[in-house]
Amino acid sequence: MEFNFLDSLPAIAPEFGLLILAIVVLALDLYLRGDKRDNIAYVTFFGMAALALTPIIWQPEAGSTEYWGGMVRHDSLAQIFKVMVLLAGAITALIAASTREFAQKGEFYLIIIVSALGACLMSASADLIMVFIALETTSIPLYVLVAFRREDKLSVESSMKYFLFGSFASAVMLYGFSFLYGFAGTTNLSAIAAHMASGAMADNLAPVLVAMVLIFVGFGFKISAVPFHFWTPDVYEGAPTPVTAFISVASKAGSFALLMRFLVEVFPQGIVIGGQQVEEFWVGLVIASAVISMTVGNVLALSQKNIKRLLAYSSIAQAGYVLIGVAALQAATAQSVASVSYYLFMYTFTNLLVFGVVALFTESTGSETIADLAGLSRRNPLLALSMTIGLLSLAGIPPAAGFIGKFFLFQAAVEANLEWLAMVGVLNAIVALYYYLVVIKIMYVDRSEDDDKPIAVSVPGRMMLAITVTATLILGIIPGPVFDWALEGASALFEVAAAFGTLVF
Amino acid sequence: MIPPLWMFLTVAAALFSIGAFGVLARKNAVAVLMSVELMLNAVNINLVAFWRFGETAPSVIGQSFAAFVLVIAAAEAAVGLAIIIAIYRTRQSVVVDDVDMLKW
Repeated sequence: MEFNFLDSLPAIAPEFGLLILAIVVLALDLYLRGDKRDNIAYVTFFGMAALALTPIIWQPEAGSTEYWGGMVRHDSLAQIFKVMVLLAGAITALIAASTREFAQKGEFYLIIIVSALGACLMSASADLIMVFIALETTSIPLYVLVAFRREDKLSVESSMKYFLFGSFASAVMLYGFSFLYGFAGTTNLSAIAAHMASGAMADNLAPVLVAMVLIFVGFGFKISAVPFHFWTPDVYEGAPTPVTAFISVASKAGSFALLMRFLVEVFPQGIVIGGQQVEEFWVGLVIASAVISMTVGNVLALSQKNIKRLLAYSSIAQAGYVLIGVAALQAATAQSVASVSYYLFMYTFTNLLVFGVVALFTESTGSETIADLAGLSRRNPLLALSMTIGLLSLAGIPPAAGFIGKFFLFQAAVEANLEWLAMVGVLNAIVALYYYLVVIKIMYVDRSEDDDKPIAVSVPGRMMLAITVTATLILGIIPGPVFDWALEGASALFEVAAAFGTLVF
Repeated sequence: MIPPLWMFLTVAAALFSIGAFGVLARKNAVAVLMSVELMLNAVNINLVAFWRFGETAPSVIGQSFAAFVLVIAAAEAAVGLAIIIAIYRTRQSVVVDDVDMLKW
């Protein structure tokens, strides 16, 4: 294979840019003094926002999509997830800039950039080695970020829980990878799929299933699906709020992209091993996990007192909704992949919006308790309105983007003959609506002693609110362009699987 | 003469199980970290054994995978130990059961 640097560059352009940005931020952290240090956050924000344009400028070419020795894939699916991760990083920089604690901490932005680099690579990985490196490049910086307040007991405690669960989960997943390598003698995902499809594994159903379950455990941890969710509430509560915001969107988006790639490429439809359709097993796993995640997340969220903990359980439930779309992959419709991509795209903005408001509120009041949100509509009407839009979007109420997102997911489920799963999703959305509305009621109706104390919002905070609120509303009103792009990503994913003739699409 | 592949896989599976048991049962955070390392070493034995017995002998992919696992395990251990030191500084204990401020 002829290697041409310039031809291969577009495939990792955002990652390459992030690396340069990381070095720039490191240098600025070293040289800037005093008030000028505020600029580090803006450099990070504008740098990552500009890099989010590169996947749009360098559209992938049709045909061969593997670059860098088969390590990364350059297709629309990777592109759309890279844009999500980069925008998530950029907005996180704004959230951090609006807090006194992080505004001037150069290393904070550096670590966010490195973690985003890993998440970008995750969505593009085409090789087991790359998958593992990308996962760890995302996770290890996040362990550090969660413990960023190293004198704070809660921060350090949540970091330890995150680290111990996380390293355990990645060791389990890696054990699964070692079996996949053993079966096929190669680490390239599409070559593994070709080996599976060739019938060489025909008598070895049990080992394949063991590998599949081990790998699913690892992914389940990353996307915080029940029963691998134990770390989520503790980490979301204990971590500094900007970090929580980043964890809840960036690493989740990357992991879902990888999960879909794995399921479609490595265990595609139509592969029969030992007389059994392999996909039936993973569809079963995903459906079970989706149902439990939605139910457990929503039910436990009902009784929460801490807003970040409430949002943690809500994000477990949201992972369950997205898993509905992943389960719909069994029908191999473009709708399934596209609905997952679209949901995560709008979830990125919505969740950053909600966590951003929490960060701004905590910044001026020092409280994370839901009851203390009382009177927010009088203390800062815009903040309360933004929070309302974010919560309604999470609940799936039009015109916010969450409604369209859920609509696409449930539509994908119905197209895949999983009507009952869509029904479970709808019932859960009703339960979820209750606790979102309770927060809105507290903000608007409840009185507090501090009603006359306005909450000030800094400039980066206002920028963050403007961007996320606009994006949440626009995605809800005009979903077309992003959804079309997501459909392109879907067909790119299925083309790879179709190349082995295992899939009729 | 080299023992057959299944022996290597059995050793790796035993090591992995011991590691997994350690993670779930040990109380000391450092011991939990050591158990995770055991699991990663089980992965390495698997990778190298599969590489040695695989049909694609000229390829070094299994070895390089194992090398990457080693390097990343080292990075992970460095961060993990730093976190455990931070825990010790805030509470004078590295026992996992003592670290219980966040619940439900």
